[in-house]
Amino acid sequence: MITITDVHKQFNSLHVLKGISLSVEKGKVVVIIGPSGSGKTTLLRCLNALEVPTSGSVQIGDVKLDFSKKVERTSIPKLRKQTGMVFQNYNLFPHMTAVENVMEGPVTVKKEDKEKARAKAAALLTKVGLGDKLDHYPAQLSGGQQQRVGIARALAMDPQVMLFDEPTSALDPELVGEVLKVMKELAQEGMTMIVVTHEMGFAREVADEVIFMDQGVIVERDTPSHLFAKPREERTRQFLQHLK
Amino acid sequence: MAPSQKYQRNGLVQMSLNSFFENPERLNRWIDIAQSSFLPLLKGALLYSLTIAIAAFFIGLIISVLTALARLSGIKPLIAIARFYVSIIRGTPLLVQLFIIFYGLPSIGLMIDPIPSAIIGFSLSVGAYSSEVVRAAILSIHKGQWEAAYSLGMTYWQALRRVVLPQAARVSIPPLSNSFISLVKDTSLASVVLVPEMFRKAQEVVAATYEPLLVYVEAALIYWVICFVLSIIQDRIENKLDRYV
Repeated sequence: MITITDVHKQFNSLHVLKGISLSVEKGKVVVIIGPSGSGKTTLLRCLNALEVPTSGSVQIGDVKLDFSKKVERTSIPKLRKQTGMVFQNYNLFPHMTAVENVMEGPVTVKKEDKEKARAKAAALLTKVGLGDKLDHYPAQLSGGQQQRVGIARALAMDPQVMLFDEPTSALDPELVGEVLKVMKELAQEGMTMIVVTHEMGFAREVADEVIFMDQGVIVERDTPSHLFAKPREERTRQFLQHLK
Repeated sequence: MAPSQKYQRNGLVQMSLNSFFENPERLNRWIDIAQSSFLPLLKGALLYSLTIAIAAFFIGLIISVLTALARLSGIKPLIAIARFYVSIIRGTPLLVQLFIIFYGLPSIGLMIDPIPSAIIGFSLSVGAYSSEVVRAAILSIHKGQWEAAYSLGMTYWQALRRVVLPQAARVSIPPLSNSFISLVKDTSLASVVLVPEMFRKAQEVVAATYEPLLVYVEAALIYWVICFVLSIIQDRIENKLDRYV
């Protein structure tokens, strides 16, 4: 489903990703953890080319981009259509209602019929528990509700993979649960998910695999039960120690 | 100034004011002129001043968005062209620009009628000044909005049209309304390129009646009322756009 090969990312002299290779099978949930500055968010953003890797290749479904060569402009939107992204700060469109946010991608990008798109958007919002908030503007919703609209908006494009960039980090503690619940349901439905998060409980319970990143490399990857119980690497151990 | 001189000067002003108000014939004449000139002035204002302002404003807005996008494009030749345009327009008086378009260009065989000349001049002016407003408004939209649009697979133009510009429009309405109101007043400059707008009409009435104070104050009042109405419309639009914040 996802294969990334030797991905490097440099911001001027700063080497953020130092040759990441990773493959994720369809239906798997992969959680990426690591200290801030470890490159985990950058890696996630490389998967849909919000950050363009300096070199290396990214393949999602049957779209493959090799960033070592010159990438055609039109191929980047193709890659993005394979992925749905959920942002730390939700990034909902404030001038659109919840249902308009969710139907925006299908209508503008896929040229779907408006009424069909609206019906589908309403169904998705109902699924994330916001069936009664269709016509609310983002400013009228709580953080947890906004993030659930964000998830519905990404799902509306029927992505192959869902990318979550610290989806609960900006939320008040009491609102974290409602977002994690929606993510768990998605995982149970067999959605392929890559999640950058600090929610170790979610990682333990839902992830098929946990990746620990530090200083631009993958230090260790394993099942959550192994990685949390007996990490092989000293750096992983130190990081997990700090969390307690 | 010696006290006696001061007294004398005050006395003169006093005397002429008195003679004006004690002369009912002059007062009646003023009322007559005001009545007969009101409709022609209003016609000049609505048919020419306001129409030219609206046309120039919309053309200017398009120019300003394109200029702002050029400035933000990161493409060096485009940035240079945009900067050059803004620099020329902002660095020269509008009056001079109008003279060049209307009186200057015919020397190279380019004859443009008064009204198109005025619209071209004002559009270029609005385009340059508003491009800075539009650029700032686009920059004020959080980067995450672009990213969210891109993550849905939108192209640059789709993200711009559907996500960024609608939000930038809200930010730029107050400064753009101010430029529009200024523009309505600036259309008085079109009188020098023979556009029969309100101020030119006023000058014609003055030439015929020799009552500059009355007629020019009358014109000023009409400008003021128009701008007052426009600022009420501005408030309405701002309230409407504020509904989602």
